[in-house]
Amino acid sequence: MPDEEPARDAGPGTPRRPPGALEAEVMDVLRAAGAPLSPGQVRERLAARQLEELSYSTVVTIVSRLHAKGLLERERTGRAFAYRPVDDASLAASQMRQALQAGTDHGAVLSRFVSGLSGRDARLLRQLLGEDEDQPG
Amino acid sequence: MSALVYLPLLVPVLAAAAARPLAARLEPRLATWLLTATTVALAVFSTAALALMTASALARSPLLAALGDYSQPVLRRGDPVPALAGMAAALLLTAAAVAVAVVIRARARALAESYRRAASMAPGGRVVVVPGHSIEAYALPGSPGRIVVSGRLLDVLNDRGRAALLAHEHAHLAGRHHLFTTVAHLAAAANPLLLPVARAVDYTVERWADERAAAITGDRRLVASTIGQVALLSAPRPARPRATLAMTGARGRAVSLAWAGPVPRRVAALLAPPPRRQLTLLAIVAILILTAGASAAEAARDLHALLEFAQTAR
Repeated sequence: MPDEEPARDAGPGTPRRPPGALEAEVMDVLRAAGAPLSPGQVRERLAARQLEELSYSTVVTIVSRLHAKGLLERERTGRAFAYRPVDDASLAASQMRQALQAGTDHGAVLSRFVSGLSGRDARLLRQLLGEDEDQPG
Repeated sequence: MSALVYLPLLVPVLAAAAARPLAARLEPRLATWLLTATTVALAVFSTAALALMTASALARSPLLAALGDYSQPVLRRGDPVPALAGMAAALLLTAAAVAVAVVIRARARALAESYRRAASMAPGGRVVVVPGHSIEAYALPGSPGRIVVSGRLLDVLNDRGRAALLAHEHAHLAGRHHLFTTVAHLAAAANPLLLPVARAVDYTVERWADERAAAITGDRRLVASTIGQVALLSAPRPARPRATLAMTGARGRAVSLAWAGPVPRRVAALLAPPPRRQLTLLAIVAILILTAGASAAEAARDLHALLEFAQTAR
């Protein structure tokens, strides 16, 4: 396979998939499981589906990314985290802001607690709050 | 038609200049109502003025003059609005109509989307906690409206900070603040000179919610520090150490807010004594609106009189 780029995590002979496809597979495995799974269990089930053999670290990377996106919740079980899909209501909430921001007029609809700060505003704010800043939140 | 017809087009410039100082000084609820009403009134008057100028230009066209049986020379002599200005007014009027239609469509869509999403969330709970690492808190209008907060933000805040945050967002929903901002931005679409006034309304609804949160928690300083804390969570850390900051903090409020964004201004307003009603400012705004309205009405009367005269002179 001379024209294949070196893909360390994918098994030999398997063409590299787009990253989104792997995430979708992992989400699918977790949804089908019905219970929280550790990255090791996710990896086994992916293998059972006759998908490419992924390294443990690849699976960890993918679930961490999904967790950071707000698509997975995790809880600590022993030394590892176990992951499960976020329920639909919460998912709707997390996707909503993105969807509304994609529209031209989201500002009319969403009332955010704080808008973005410029560097100058941040300095000003620290000056205004002065002593409060020293207390840990 | 007299040159008064230009006045409703100029008053929005004054209103735009006055908007930010007014938003800073007036009690926020009053300021929101007043500034929103100002945008609507001035948009209506300036649009009326454009319509009058367009009408007077049309009346001078040979075809309409023949149809309405007007004397064209009388119209030309009696009307100080040049034909070119009339044509410009017609263009502006068309642009305003298009802009208003575009904004109505966009806001209606955003609102429908908001209602749909609010309805799709778990029933019962007004507060929806979003998992993930983002620092997020916003009110989502709907039936019922929802307050969406990220779990991370709730973790970072203590009980009192959470109470302040939720009181603020609840005030947005209870006060239907999105309607004020929508109306103000619609008016600004009709007349872009009013955009600073519409932005001031965006600011005063935040202040309104801040003052509600302060009233509910009974602690203005708590609301101020919560806003600051949440805002700084997502802001980059300063490069310099904190020793200098303590000094500037101790020096007090000698901080210039002239070019500051909304967050520092809100915090400063909460650290200052509560705002009071200011009758002088109210009177000035009322005079501005009345001037625009009266001159639009006067211009309309003039045009009507001129057209009648042009008919009898024929």
